[in-house]
Amino acid sequence: MSAPASLLMRRQRRLAYWLVAPAVLLILVIYVVPMILVFAASLTDYTLVSDYWEFVGLDNYRRMFGDPQFANALHNTLIYALVFLPGAFFTPLFLAIAIQSRRRFRSFFEVIYFMPVTSTLTAMALVWSALMDSRQGIINNSLQALGLPAINFLGSPDTVLYALAGISLWSVIGFNMVLFLAGLTAIPQNLYYAAAVDGADHPVDRFFRVTWPMLAPTSVFVAVTSSITAFKLFDVVAMLTQGKPAHASEVFLYLTFLEGFEYFNMGYSAALSVFFLGIIFLFALVQTLLADRAGRY
Amino acid sequence: MARLELKDIRKSFGGTDVLRGIDLDVEDGEFMSLVGASGCGKSTLLRIISGLENADSGQILLDGRPVGDDPPSGRNVAMVFQDYALYPHMSVAQNMAMPLVMARLPIYARLPGGRLFTPHLRGSRADIALQVEKVAGQLRIDHLLSRRPAQLSGGQRQRVALGRALVRNPSLFLMDEPLSNLDAKLRVEVRKEIVELHRKSDLTFVYVTHDQTEAMTMSDRVALLRHGRLLQVAMPGSLYFDPATIDVARFIGSPEINLFPARRKDGTLSFAGVRLSLSGGPMGDSDLMVAIRPEALVVKGAAGVASSPLEGPQFSIGVTREAIEDLGAEIVIHGRIARMPDIALRIRAQKSLHHAGPVAVPAQFDVRASLSSLLFFGADGQRINGVTAGVAQKALAR
Ligand SMILES: Nc1ncnc2c1ncn2[C@@H]1O[C@H](COP(=O)(O)OP(=O)(O)OP(=O)(O)O)[C@@H](O)[C@H]1O
Ligand SMILES: [Mg+2]
Repeated sequence: MSAPASLLMRRQRRLAYWLVAPAVLLILVIYVVPMILVFAASLTDYTLVSDYWEFVGLDNYRRMFGDPQFANALHNTLIYALVFLPGAFFTPLFLAIAIQSRRRFRSFFEVIYFMPVTSTLTAMALVWSALMDSRQGIINNSLQALGLPAINFLGSPDTVLYALAGISLWSVIGFNMVLFLAGLTAIPQNLYYAAAVDGADHPVDRFFRVTWPMLAPTSVFVAVTSSITAFKLFDVVAMLTQGKPAHASEVFLYLTFLEGFEYFNMGYSAALSVFFLGIIFLFALVQTLLADRAGRY
Repeated sequence: MARLELKDIRKSFGGTDVLRGIDLDVEDGEFMSLVGASGCGKSTLLRIISGLENADSGQILLDGRPVGDDPPSGRNVAMVFQDYALYPHMSVAQNMAMPLVMARLPIYARLPGGRLFTPHLRGSRADIALQVEKVAGQLRIDHLLSRRPAQLSGGQRQRVALGRALVRNPSLFLMDEPLSNLDAKLRVEVRKEIVELHRKSDLTFVYVTHDQTEAMTMSDRVALLRHGRLLQVAMPGSLYFDPATIDVARFIGSPEINLFPARRKDGTLSFAGVRLSLSGGPMGDSDLMVAIRPEALVVKGAAGVASSPLEGPQFSIGVTREAIEDLGAEIVIHGRIARMPDIALRIRAQKSLHHAGPVAVPAQFDVRASLSSLLFFGADGQRINGVTAGVAQKALAR
């Protein structure tokens, strides 16, 4: 190759590095460096109240697996997720299918169900807590009017996780429904025609032969993002219950927050964050693998 | 195997009448093509026959039995779609097995995982697999059975769609422009195969296309649809040589048939500067249309163009040349009538086998044609039968 040509190539390569540099820098500063810092902090006994810290190895992780509060938070999160996830998946799926086949009022229902998504959850959470109030709340007043016993939704350790799941469901159903609607719209009408001619004109067959498999990529996405949402539960707890009563609503992220910013155990809090990161990573991995398979027709 | 009868089928979408009374009988084992321009309602009619859509009024009879209220699954009709509509998430084998699975397995066995708790149906499943393999073998796609539709070429997908329609024994075989997504060469090939399929299977076919070549070459009879009505239902040959209306004559045949406004007065017909004597048909003075196919015109005095001999009395027209399309074996000459330049003329001629150089058509030339190749239509567009043209005395004298 002649000299000027190789010079040009070297110049272009240098330009290319300059062009990608801002993006690389942003990714480093926003994602990679904080993750490394959190991991590094999890290996120390750093606290917010003292300048002194020392390297403690895996002590924080050892402590984590022996900590009853950690076990409690994990347990609470799992219960919450088990209540939240089926509702956050099947309700929107059902609504989307019901709405999609409607000609009239379709956009009306879309707007109605999507409304909660556009509102600020922290503000609406306060409204919900007023509705759920044990003495003056509308829900309990209605229950009593029907002769049923009052339920202290947010104040009883037995119901608080269900009440929180209900509020989160209200806020997420519209969003997932729109995702499912988009997925449904993308299914070619001719597939339903072909299925009908092939004998699958019963709604159950239509669903299992065409709708469900064709929705697979959407379903994986909704399931994984909803799982992550379930594990990320924080704002409603911080607004309404602060982990009470008796730690019954102390979910994973809230415990992490408590340890770090209330008890100032930054090192331990960082270890919890790393654990959380691991779980989210697993979900992301599952989604990538499944979406790959589901998307490869 | 079935005889299909449509009686006064009507359908409108939100105020637009798409089908305005379709009456059609398709005989048992017949290959019927439905031809028409885009948007004329061919697919709608096919969907109504298969039960995917309900007609606003009218009757559909299969072997004399009204099926208008039956769901698609109750009509035992197979359909091939223009975009094939294969299930992308299923393998070729599963795609083809679908109609059999739906017909032979109970609903609980068809649910996801149903295979696990229905071991007693293993025999039925094996039968289905065997049947699928047999049909796949006939269509030469047995090596593709485990693939997904996305991993197939257009022609292979086409075959899978045919296979899915063929695995069960449908009483009626509906095809909606099944070849329109294939390239020209493959189209000719699959065309032959479908005809072969029809010949072997004795099934009743209703074949939708907007391609008149397909319709003419494949069918026993062709039904021409236009503006929601059937213009003519006839064998391909008679549709071409014996069109019932001017619309049929214009739609069938490429390049389009030549049309001349004509006037009949005192038994003499004059058009494009030609005068003929006319006998028979409705008497009296009237305006008509005279039509002649482009290949019935014979060019005189052009190098490289074969002129076939004409029979019987003839007439001739002076033409001004405009454009020449060389199609290889034949050429199409576009011109205008010399004395009436607002009338366009299309001529189709064979190339001469004994002429090596390029085709040369003079700027002004004469075409001749037999009087017997003229078609006459009334002002209402209906064909006028029983008319014979003769050479007018004046023309002879010239
Ligand atoms: N579901 C529908 N709603 C409203 N209008 C429709 C519907 N289906 C078809 N049409 C209209 O009916 C007319 C006929 O449509 P159709 O699909 O039967 O045409 P086609 O003859 O099959 O055309 P092509 O050759 O392009 O496939 C078109 O004008 C179309 O816009
Ligand atoms: Mg169509």
